Amino acid sequence: MTSFFDRYGSQIGRLTFEHVWLTGSAMLFAVAIAVPLGILLTRRERLARPVLAFANIVQTIPNLALFGLLLPVPFLGDRAARLAIVALIGYALLPILRNTYAGIRGIDPSLVDVANALGMTNWQRLLRVELPLAASFILAGIRTSTVTCVGVATIAAAIGAGGLGELIFRGVASVDNGLVLAGAVPAALLALCADGVLGLLEKRLVVRR
Amino acid sequence: MATHGVEFADVSFTVGGRPILRGVSLRVEAGTTTALLGRSGSGKTTLLRTVNALVRPTSGRVLVDGRDVATEDVIALRRGIGYVIQETGLFPHLTVGGNVLLPLEINRQFAGHLDEADHEVEKALESVGLPYAEFRGRYPWQLSGGQRQRAGVARALVNKPSVLLMDEPFGALDPLTRAEMQTMLRELLRRTQVTTLIVTHDLDEAIYLADRIVLLDDGRVAANLASSEVFDSREPSIRAYVAAARRGQQETAR
Repeated sequence: MTSFFDRYGSQIGRLTFEHVWLTGSAMLFAVAIAVPLGILLTRRERLARPVLAFANIVQTIPNLALFGLLLPVPFLGDRAARLAIVALIGYALLPILRNTYAGIRGIDPSLVDVANALGMTNWQRLLRVELPLAASFILAGIRTSTVTCVGVATIAAAIGAGGLGELIFRGVASVDNGLVLAGAVPAALLALCADGVLGLLEKRLVVRR
Repeated sequence: MATHGVEFADVSFTVGGRPILRGVSLRVEAGTTTALLGRSGSGKTTLLRTVNALVRPTSGRVLVDGRDVATEDVIALRRGIGYVIQETGLFPHLTVGGNVLLPLEINRQFAGHLDEADHEVEKALESVGLPYAEFRGRYPWQLSGGQRQRAGVARALVNKPSVLLMDEPFGALDPLTRAEMQTMLRELLRRTQVTTLIVTHDLDEAIYLADRIVLLDDGRVAANLASSEVFDSREPSIRAYVAAARRGQQETAR
């Protein structure tokens, strides 16, 4: 056991860091796209169905296929990490988009009414009423996306983007279960950590009524 | 103080081919209180909501302090009109202090003078019988129904609006709490002289709080009289309403 860590310890460390970097940057972009888009959908109801349907379809493309499909795309295909992040963003969009949209739509209409009656501008209503009231929903979406992303990111190793998947693929290829676990266990722990931390934050944002 | 108050001139509202208001003309003198009475679906809430432009009339005009609501800047208009609704009016994510401060914050009239704004919040809360120090930090879920409505009234009056709109403000309260609220509100309305429209279907509440009673029936004004005249009125729609509200008394008097 000690020799195992002597051999792979520094690799596990480096690949875990890569994994966090891939997932983290994908999530940053996904949130930056999906939250404003979700808000926009509540303002342009006609767009809601087609946009949510599109995000749904992206979600259903098998991971490996999406990575493969994006490979020939110029600029994206040039760097494996870049490609992996774009694919991860694709998977992360839907839960955040859906929860932002549903969270704002689900606010008690009489509260929206009161916000309007107080003479709030659209921005004031969004920032002071709608976002605070929908915050725990939006965060729940971000949490789901993050956990999914940590898992999907292991596949990114297949196209050479690095991350903990590298150990898993090498372990599978060399029929070395120890190596598979060396990638899988830290990946699972990462997912659990993200889930736990975001879950705590989500709880704090719940508005009691 | 402006002498105009609120005026409805032949106001109609139709939604999906169904008429809700059919040519309502009505004048609410500045500084007085008018109760809009009528059965559910008679159009009283819709009429109330034309005043702060939450509802746009299909035809006719609504004037607030002599200015046509249709041509006013809607944000500025609404900031000058207090609005209280039944039960759910307070924002659950803000404290009582935060809720009452909100009308001042969004108006930026106290930008950079937060202590002055706080002072206004304190005055508003004390005027509805909620001690500032005790209640400012509480959330709506920590309040009783009556306290919640008091906070709602404080929020509606904190920026000294010229008009106050109340939509069944005490509808969800028990009779004792309701009576306390009515006592508080009557005193407050007398003191602030705000032009008030209050929707209710409680006859006693209407008579106790309002100077004038307007009975709506199927989108029309069925009766418009001083509240002191209600019990002597020969107007059939008023007599029917009084009879319905007094059934318990009549039953036991037999």
